[in-house]
Amino acid sequence: MTTTTAPRAVAPPSEGRKQAQRKNTWISRGLLSPAVIFLILLTQIPFVVTIGFSTIRWNLLYPLQRGFTGIDNYKAALSSGDLWPAIVATVLITAFAVVFSLLFGLLFAVLLDRNLPGRAIARTLMITPFLIMPAAASLIWKYSMFDTNIGMVNWALQLLHLPIVSWSTEHPMASVVIVLTWQFTPFMMLILLAGLQGQSREVLEAAQVDGAGAWRTFTWITLPHLRMYIEIGVLLGSVIIIQVFDPVAILTKGTGGTKTLAYLLYERAFIGLNIGEAAAYGVVTVVLTIIVATVALKTLFKVFMAGGER
Amino acid sequence: MLWKRQALTAGVGVLAFGMALSACSSGSSGSSGGGQVTLNLATVNNGQMKDMESLKSEYEKAHPNVKVNFQVMEEGDLRSAVTADVASKAGQYDIVTIGAYETPQWGANGWLVDLTPALSKDSAYDINDLLPPVRDVNTYNGKLFAVPFYGESSILMYNKEVMDKAGVTIPENPTWQEIADAAKKVNTKDMSGICMRGKPGWGDLFAPLTTVVQTFGGNWYDNSWNATVNTPEWKDAVTFYKTLLDTSGEKDPVSYSFNECLTALKEGKAAMWADASVAASMLEANDSPVKGKMGYAHMPVNKTKESGWLWSWNLAIPATTKHQAEATDFVKWATSKDYIKLVGTKIGWSNVPPGSRTSTYSIPEYKTAAAAYAPITLSVMSSVNPKQPGVNAQPYVGIQYVSIPEFQDVGNQCAQLVADYLANRSSVDDALGKCQDLAQKAGDAHKG
Repeated sequence: MTTTTAPRAVAPPSEGRKQAQRKNTWISRGLLSPAVIFLILLTQIPFVVTIGFSTIRWNLLYPLQRGFTGIDNYKAALSSGDLWPAIVATVLITAFAVVFSLLFGLLFAVLLDRNLPGRAIARTLMITPFLIMPAAASLIWKYSMFDTNIGMVNWALQLLHLPIVSWSTEHPMASVVIVLTWQFTPFMMLILLAGLQGQSREVLEAAQVDGAGAWRTFTWITLPHLRMYIEIGVLLGSVIIIQVFDPVAILTKGTGGTKTLAYLLYERAFIGLNIGEAAAYGVVTVVLTIIVATVALKTLFKVFMAGGER
Repeated sequence: MLWKRQALTAGVGVLAFGMALSACSSGSSGSSGGGQVTLNLATVNNGQMKDMESLKSEYEKAHPNVKVNFQVMEEGDLRSAVTADVASKAGQYDIVTIGAYETPQWGANGWLVDLTPALSKDSAYDINDLLPPVRDVNTYNGKLFAVPFYGESSILMYNKEVMDKAGVTIPENPTWQEIADAAKKVNTKDMSGICMRGKPGWGDLFAPLTTVVQTFGGNWYDNSWNATVNTPEWKDAVTFYKTLLDTSGEKDPVSYSFNECLTALKEGKAAMWADASVAASMLEANDSPVKGKMGYAHMPVNKTKESGWLWSWNLAIPATTKHQAEATDFVKWATSKDYIKLVGTKIGWSNVPPGSRTSTYSIPEYKTAAAAYAPITLSVMSSVNPKQPGVNAQPYVGIQYVSIPEFQDVGNQCAQLVADYLANRSSVDDALGKCQDLAQKAGDAHKG
């Protein structure tokens, strides 16, 4: 952020030059400062304030009992037994949703990678689930797909003479994962499609000449080529899906092992109306996420660097 | 940096909530210049309240020195904005709309003006005309801290055609066993016998479930705030609720609450429904396919005589107001007999705020407009007992909720535990045992 114009002079700079250079540095710093200040205001101050909140006994329902409590909120958050199940729920939902949307994304990307009539329209249609607001997507699934009376999924099951499934009641985790998979398949598809279209035709032709079948070409040439794209898709997808809230709030209300960290935070702050405790949960979540994100970031850079070598 | 920022979103969310609150309390307060008074009224975005907003000009015409400024909000926003304002004595509002759940708590805290003297002095207002149970839930220590604007109870609604076909008659005061048998009889592949709320939430699943528990002889607390959730009565009630849902209820209870059941009834996908009495007016609306086909009965019972719940939206005056006289006058106007007639003539008789005054139910025009459900609503609303809805005495006034601040949270978490039991993911003992601990922790804060 503090990089300045590289000194052009080869000879040791004179006193006047040095001064001019220092002035230059300050000007560029000054020009940068609005952005830096904005960044700090936007990211760091809220976090510091949240840490402040987390040390305060502050229940909106008992406004007169507000006061400093030290680490009591953290004790309550860590001893309530809610945190670990929420971490497990978040990890499981994220993992399943990412894996399934990656598999479906790969399938559709391969299908769309060939020259078929109406490819542009098909591609646009395939992308739409990703453009729908998460809350709207969850509502669509709740009423027009999963509903036991009018839902299309159960209608299809009935046609096949299969029993009706009570999705949100009996399979809450599967319901949330299905909605997320539906939403994020286009995301994965786009990334993988980019990878497929970047594949060199000559290599594929060479494989054909050498007598490799479609399956062999795919597993031995296309998949290794896609590896980098898959890794990026997994990383970006995880980062987005880990914050999942809408399907949980609309379909399952956090029952049956679907209470993710985001939903838990919402519950503490807006139903428990306990700002102090919610802030403590928030801080714990941030610490955990920073640890995970650091590892993920390192992997990401490795992917990029390895990608350059490949 | 990007990842870190993503990670911070959670913290930012909490902060944004705090900032939104402080922004709410820094608004302008009513100004009084040259004898002109502006009353700030915070209210909930229900149809009845919006009708009041559209009729405020009538009041302003009669009182040229008073302007009433409506601030209409979602229920959740209203609750947090008004709580923050009233509790911190910021004095932004002259009149607030609060639920029956809040009134006794806020009255006890000394946050509200006691309206008993002003209202009982005025014989034209006729304070004794207010429905007694609704008056009870808004009274603390003999003082009326909020006036009901409209109220509701719960009733059993059933499709008469379906019942007749199956040869089932629903008595005026049924028992839960009778209803369970009837539901089983009319339950088919395409139509569930009964629809009951199952969506986890203190105001969703636990509104009807608490009344079932109470009529089965249980309750949340005994008279000295000991939680009584792990008792046989609770187990009976919750097991009954699950059996009812399993044998003849809707198939996906976690997805079902008021709106979903309403649709199921209208579409002929459910034969019976026990829920808020206000639903009757929707089932009898002109666009409803089951209009005129519905029968209504009291909420089913087991060990008590009545089992309907009781809810009201009320107008109250925060103790911090600078215009107490004017605010009282407006509250009196909005909850008077004349206001009800005004709504009837200006907006329509089926839009009249129900469940606040006995006299509403003897207005001829209303009796015709609401013939199908007005008599049962009045009969239920005047016979429920919010002081002791269950078999044993309780230390608070209220039926389907416990009027302590912690109840929202306790009710919500317990609803999730019960939902796990309803879906066969845990045992009833496990669910109620955990709920007992949560309830006890909340009850301990109110002992002594």
